[in-house]
Amino acid sequence: MKKFLFVFVALAGALLGNFCAATEEQPFLVLASTTSTENSGLFDYILPEFTRDSGIQVRVVAVGTGQAIRLASSGDADVLLVHHRPSEDAFVAQGLGVRRYPVMHNDFVLVGPAADPASVIGQADMLQALQAIARSESLFASRGDDSGTHKKELSLWAEAGVDPVVDSGAWYRETGSGMGATLNTAVAMGAYALSDRATWASFGNKGELKIVLEGDPRLFNPYGVILVNPERFPHVRASLGQAFIDWLVSTRGQALIAAYAIDGAPVFFPDAMVDH
Amino acid sequence: MSEVFSAVATAVELVVRLDPDLVEIVALSLKVSLSAVLIAALVGLPLGAAVALVKFPGRRGAVILLNAAMGLPPVVVGLVVYLLLSRAGPLGELGILFTPAAMVIAQSILITPIIAALTRQTISDLHEEYDEYLCSLGAGHLQRITTLLWDGRFRLLTGLLAGFGRASAEVGAVIIVGGNINHVTRVMTTTIALETSKGNLNLALALGIVLIILAASVNAAAVLIGDAASKRYG
Repeated sequence: MKKFLFVFVALAGALLGNFCAATEEQPFLVLASTTSTENSGLFDYILPEFTRDSGIQVRVVAVGTGQAIRLASSGDADVLLVHHRPSEDAFVAQGLGVRRYPVMHNDFVLVGPAADPASVIGQADMLQALQAIARSESLFASRGDDSGTHKKELSLWAEAGVDPVVDSGAWYRETGSGMGATLNTAVAMGAYALSDRATWASFGNKGELKIVLEGDPRLFNPYGVILVNPERFPHVRASLGQAFIDWLVSTRGQALIAAYAIDGAPVFFPDAMVDH
Repeated sequence: MSEVFSAVATAVELVVRLDPDLVEIVALSLKVSLSAVLIAALVGLPLGAAVALVKFPGRRGAVILLNAAMGLPPVVVGLVVYLLLSRAGPLGELGILFTPAAMVIAQSILITPIIAALTRQTISDLHEEYDEYLCSLGAGHLQRITTLLWDGRFRLLTGLLAGFGRASAEVGAVIIVGGNINHVTRVMTTTIALETSKGNLNLALALGIVLIILAASVNAAAVLIGDAASKRYG
């Protein structure tokens, strides 16, 4: 029995010791970001380059913009990279973040079934398209998760003068999940959905869905990066975080963002040089 | 059906090729879930035995509570552990949110009731067989607990395996407290969730098959070791 206990305790010690040792590796920072940047493969493309340049590892927690901001607001991340300008400005105004830097943009696209029951194909105006979807009561899959894309979608409905939430459960389906999961749902239901271009381009299960409307200037989708305020949260890895932001908006970081392509087409367009 | 066949093919390919990412993810899954089983066993085995053997007021209630806690929803456990470990929470100082340690904590909480409840049942049954013997020894509570845990060790394996199964299969808790960070906290289940959300359904299903094979291997290993040991020590 003693031998048994000894083995047990030794095993426990070895495993737990392993975890403690794992915390003393290379310097790292925690980046709260959105599923679109992760799922599109952008981070897999640019982050190893940053780590090679700086020796800093970036640990990405990819969630919706709303949840990413909540994580950062509790001090659980060092840097925030999201895509909802009003929320970003509020984050900085509340003193939770130091300053917003423009990083890149792309655009949203409306995807829908090739059969196009709301006759959206050929239209250029997003608001008219949404009105047509509501009028024909065609299925629409909404994120429904307080993400940047969801907030954008709600503001477009508001602009179109339609309140889809009253028809929630009927033609308007709120999935309450990430972009990819919502696209899976939309494919299965033959529904329309709003997606950022990067996630759509890299999505592997497009089924009968295709882009039915793009190019409306309202569908502009800018991403900003913000250092979580170290005065508010003393444990924030401020120097590492700022190094990452500086790299991201540098010529090198911006060139890498521009160079990232899916199927030969770029999906993010650098912004840092333009806005200054 | 063709999806399932192509997923099986992908699974076989991943395993045969020993895909380095897959190896890393499998290793972390095993490390996290086995650690959780270890911790949960250290708490759950004595706890279950004590509830089985020690008479105290409210014991029936404790048994009901223990059995009910086997069904703790992982996502709620994840949320509670997140709130505790968040920088804004009471244990934020530790700074272990989004690390494997946080995942071990969440899984330990999830499976301790399973191990404790199954231990209680096993020990209760054993106790009926051993009661006279223990009485004749004049054994106290502590001696009864250690004796029965030791004599029932092979039967208790089932409880530990149930705990491992639950820990390695859940996604709701580890994705909240681990954050599914590539090369840091990405395990089998969170990878499957991620690949599903990317629309890579074939790869997701293939990883699911690998996870099932992994669970079967751990169970087989435990049964074989148990058999060998019980032959030797009787």
